[in-house]
Amino acid sequence: MERLIDHYFNAAVMAGAFPEVLRGFGVTVLVSLCIIAFGLVFGLALALLRCVPFRPLRWLVAAYVDVFRTLPQLVIIIVLYFALPYLGFSLSPFATTVLALGAVLSAFASDIFFAAIMAVPRGQWDAARALGLRTERVFTRVVLPQAIVLAVPLLTNRAIAIAKGTALGSAVALPEALSSAQSVTAITANPSPLTLAAAFYLAFFIPLVVLSRWIERRAARAG
Amino acid sequence: MQELIDNFANLDSLADIYPLLLQGLWLTLLLAAVALPTALAGGLAVALLYSFGGRVTRRAVIVGIDFLRAFPVLVLLVLVFYGLPFLGIRLGGFAAVVLALGLNNTGYFGEIFRAGLASIPHGQTEAAAALGLSRFQVLVLVLLPQAVRKVIAPLAGNALELVKTTSIGALVAMPELLRSARVAQEQTYNPTPLMAAALIYFVLLWPFSRWVAVLERRALARH
Repeated sequence: MERLIDHYFNAAVMAGAFPEVLRGFGVTVLVSLCIIAFGLVFGLALALLRCVPFRPLRWLVAAYVDVFRTLPQLVIIIVLYFALPYLGFSLSPFATTVLALGAVLSAFASDIFFAAIMAVPRGQWDAARALGLRTERVFTRVVLPQAIVLAVPLLTNRAIAIAKGTALGSAVALPEALSSAQSVTAITANPSPLTLAAAFYLAFFIPLVVLSRWIERRAARAG
Repeated sequence: MQELIDNFANLDSLADIYPLLLQGLWLTLLLAAVALPTALAGGLAVALLYSFGGRVTRRAVIVGIDFLRAFPVLVLLVLVFYGLPFLGIRLGGFAAVVLALGLNNTGYFGEIFRAGLASIPHGQTEAAAALGLSRFQVLVLVLLPQAVRKVIAPLAGNALELVKTTSIGALVAMPELLRSARVAQEQTYNPTPLMAAALIYFVLLWPFSRWVAVLERRALARH
């Protein structure tokens, strides 16, 4: 027990590592928020593009969605970071992580948005038309709001799951909480900084997981 | 164009390193084949504990599930792989990846099975019991088949995510597909192995990812 505390909850080591890991945690939060913002906005844009009645465009979006839904997140990060320089331009670890995971989230989000738009009953269109609304107003004022409500539970789950992937940025030297903790651990020869990083991650994600559970339950009751 | 092909689809370097990639692919498949059943069994066990437990058990199960779901899987893997040796428990890369994936996905699968079982009306249990079925028979013959059908979309989606996530083994020096490709890339000074690995992942997983997308769309449309 003594040894357990000494190794994993060593107060002195944790205090020393705290500033470093905290700085890393700041990066984690920032990267997560960027991924969610980019992924959701771009995902909605892709879903709207899919509604445009122009075949080649729809195929293009479908191909993008399939690629980013299928490839493992870490593979996308590694390919972006280590293969792009051969094309003559390189991305920072920050940009790599946000782009890679944002692209993955946008692919899932576009599927969810699109399915939700399709799930709004046809009668809503007809009724809004009958009231004299123009097509684009029917879409923005009647269909889209309902679709978004339908999409929210699935979107929150997906966004949280993918934002957790920020830890993968450590593979390309993104100085987020986990990699900061790992570099401190290498110096202190004590894994307490890892515990600290894990605690930070939990402090960030447990509220989000609880929130998504709450949103799901509300949606289930309403639905 | 020629330069692009030389860099990204260089057949000579592919011929050199394909045994390495095949070895990596084999290990990736092996990881998936061990980790997926482990996580499914864990998830089911947790869900059953919830279904047949009392008030306190249920609370504890929910807390446990949310705790496991809040951990980024890479954080879990780093704790297991770099943290446990300080206690004298030294797991190999393979065991560490299986343990991390297993724990994390026990949370995910547990929540999915739990929600599925909870959605079956209580009358089913009563009717089955009235027909003289034992509790075990009620579970296996009546409740589980219905529950699994209801949650088949998230179940399949999560299974796919698990298989994709085996790629984090690359970060603890497990020579699975991604790691092998990285090693090969460093040997050949050429990103072709990375592109080849990405292609293998895509070809391997694409049918499943299409299937999951169809299941998800159906689930949302049924709403």
